[in-house]
Formats: sequence, C-alpha cells, structure tokens
Amino acid sequence: MIGDALAYLLDGSHWSGSEGMLGQLGQQLLLTVTALVLTMALALPVALLLGHLGRGGFLAINISNVGRAVPTFAVLILLSVGPLGTAVLGPYGRAGLATLVALTLFALPPIITNAYVGMREVDRDTVEAARGMGMDGRQLFFSVELPLAMPLILTGLRLALVQVWATATIAALVAGPGLGNVITAGFYRSDYGKGLAGAIVVAAVALVLEALAALAERYADPLATVQRRQRAMIAVA
Amino acid sequence: MTLPAADTAGSCYSLYVNHWFCPSYLRDYQDELTAATKEHAQITIISVLIGLLVAVPLAVAAREIPRLETSILGVSTIVYTIPSLALFPLLVPFTGISKTTVIIGLALYSLTILVRNTLAGLRSVPDEVRESARGMGYGPMRMLVTVEIPLALPVIMAGLRVATVSTVALTTIGSIVAYGGLGNLLAQGVQDSFKAQILAASVLCVLLAFGLDIVLLLVQRVLTPWTWKARVG
Repeated sequence: MIGDALAYLLDGSHWSGSEGMLGQLGQQLLLTVTALVLTMALALPVALLLGHLGRGGFLAINISNVGRAVPTFAVLILLSVGPLGTAVLGPYGRAGLATLVALTLFALPPIITNAYVGMREVDRDTVEAARGMGMDGRQLFFSVELPLAMPLILTGLRLALVQVWATATIAALVAGPGLGNVITAGFYRSDYGKGLAGAIVVAAVALVLEALAALAERYADPLATVQRRQRAMIAVA
Repeated sequence: MTLPAADTAGSCYSLYVNHWFCPSYLRDYQDELTAATKEHAQITIISVLIGLLVAVPLAVAAREIPRLETSILGVSTIVYTIPSLALFPLLVPFTGISKTTVIIGLALYSLTILVRNTLAGLRSVPDEVRESARGMGYGPMRMLVTVEIPLALPVIMAGLRVATVSTVALTTIGSIVAYGGLGNLLAQGVQDSFKAQILAASVLCVLLAFGLDIVLLLVQRVLTPWTWKARVG
C-alpha cells in the first residue's frame, strides 16, 4: 500500500491540472490564509481591547472550551446543507462559503483566548510603572502591553494556522475544495494508495506550516529581536 | 440509506419533506441513533484510557530524564500537527479499515495532551511536600503513588477533560474509515442531504461531550475533596 502511495506521488500527472494535487493544495492554502486573516480582523481588535480594559475574561476563556466540544465536521455539514450550501464562491470553489465561515469560526477560540490572556498576563508592576511615567491608555496599549503580549498572541496565531489547515482538509467530506478530496476519493473508491498519498501530502504541508510559523514567531516577537540584538552587541564587545 | 418513499401524514422527513427538527425521525431511527452514540462513546473512552495509561509512565520518565522530555514534547507537537483526516489513512496500512485504526489515532492525539498536563501536574507538587515525604522515609515509588500523583490530580484531571472533549469531536472524523460513531450518521446525512439526521447527530455529539465532561468533573470532586471543600468551608 505504501508502494502504491509513493507511485501515486511520483506520477507527475496526479499533480497537474485543476483537479490535481497542486491545484487542490493551492486552494486549501488560499482557504486557510483567508480564514485566518478574516478571524484576525474580527477577533484581534476586540480581544486585545478587552484584555487592555480587563473586561470580558469569562467569555474569552470559555469560548475555547465550548469550541472544543463542537465537532468542526458537524459545523461544516450544518453550514453546507443549511443556508450557505452548494454555491460556488470564486476561487474558493464549491461549498467555499460554508467552508470559509466554518474555518473562520474554528480559528476564533485560540486567537481570542491567547490575545486576551497575553494582554492580561503583562506584569502589573510594569503597567503601573508605565502609568507612573505618565503614559496614557493609548501609549500603554501600543508601546508596553502589546509588545509584551506578542509571544502569546503569536502562539495563538500559529495554533490557529495549523488547526485551520488541518480542518480545511475536512471540507472534502462536504464536497468542498482542498486536498481532502484526494484522501476521500482514494478511500471511498478503495484506491488506498491514492488516499494514503493525499494524507502524506497534507501531513507534510502541516509540518512545514508549523515550522514556518515557529520561525516567523521568533522573528516577529519584538522582545526576542531585542534580546538577539543585545546578544549580538555583547558578542561584538 | 435512502429516505422512505411513503409520505406518511404528519411526517417531517420523506422524499418531499426535509425538516431540521423532526421528532418522528428521532422515534423511527431510535435504534440507529442509540447504536451510533454507544459506538461513539466506546471509541472515545477506550482511546482516552489508552492515552492515559501510556501518558502517566511517559510523564514520570520524562521528569527523570530531561533529554527524553525534549523528544517526547517534540514528537507530540508533530503528532498534533497531523490532521485527523490524514492520520487515520496513514494508520490504515498497519491496522486496516477497523475500529483499532480510529482508536490508535485518537489515543495518539489524547496522549499528546495528557503527557503535557501530567508533567505539569507533577511539576506543580511543592518541593517542601516532597522533602517532608522523603524525610518521613518515603521511597520514590511510594512517594509517587501516595503523594505526588494525588497532589497532581487537579492538573491531570483538567488535561483529561480537555482530551476527552476534543476526542469526542475528533471521533466523527473516524467515519473516513467507517468507524466514526455519530460521524457515520453525519457523513451519511450529508450525502443524502438528510437534515433531521445531521442535526440530531450533531446535537448528540455535543451532548456526549458535555455529558462525559460532567462525569469527569464529578470524578475529580470525589478524588480530590480538598480542592473544593476548602472553598465551601
């Protein structure tokens, strides 16, 4: 069976064309990135502001507990059979709207929880000191709390990215776009080599995304950048 | 399964009527729904139990050997990154199209959550407590079983609840290899656009998750009475 999968992967014709694996991969990436950007635009401002004000903590913490209990598979199906179903949404393909909404909902919990907790966990003494230096709310938010909360915010984004990619695979179960189609087509038609090949590609891309996000996290974290610069200066000295 | 052709009076599902809320569906398909819920609960519970049985010794070992900890956490990150729709097919060459495939996959996922929490729980035991136990002549094994694990229980149980609730949700994906409990009904429902079945299976999934969560909460209260009696008293 593994041999069949490798043979499938090595055959160039399986990668090309609009139904090929490259096309599906691109479509799934497009879905993942769009959903993540949508969620960030929706959730980050609210969660960061609530964290800054110290309000709505109960909601921010519990949203992830509820989110875990609701199977994404069920949400996808409910949306696609329900009002958002069947329509083709431009480059997002069949059931594109249902998939996009389900993925956006799915990415909310990790992003909200981490952004809120990140803002709240900023050392209170630091906040007091900043206030004592005469910073107003706006300055406090942008130059103290946000940089210090950045590691946790970025971790939330990384978690969301990988989870959304993984979940986008499931879209195939409701006739949606993405690499999941290769897996389901293989398994439903007893072409296990093909199914396995799809699974290998999905898992490999997930690992690559995780690694890239971890790398981006290191470079986007302002504190880590400062520390690197300090270390470099010490090294030069 | 196809929708019944006979359009009985007052029915809310048939070839021509397809409602979301449908009491007569629940009545007519009671046996199928019960069987699917039972399979779902069985797969979830067995997977999480296997995960727990492997996670505790692994966490204890990881605490003793720091290098082991790095590799365990690394591997668990990798496992958690692999989408479930990909993981089950990846296991098929080894375990075939069977319930075992789903259980092993889900046990792997819950293992990754449980190892981290068990390790965190063991780390949360205060050093003073450990010192006193050692001073009273406790050996490592006795200390682990009678002092450390009981004190780590609140954190371990928190992890167990997270693992159980996520496993209930993930079990639905098992339908890719035909063993997904309620997920099978969901997959069937989407193929037939059978709304009553989709809604019923979704709601049962969420109820099962919350039900198991409440059971674990009660177990935790019985096992660690000190954590909540203190707050009441």
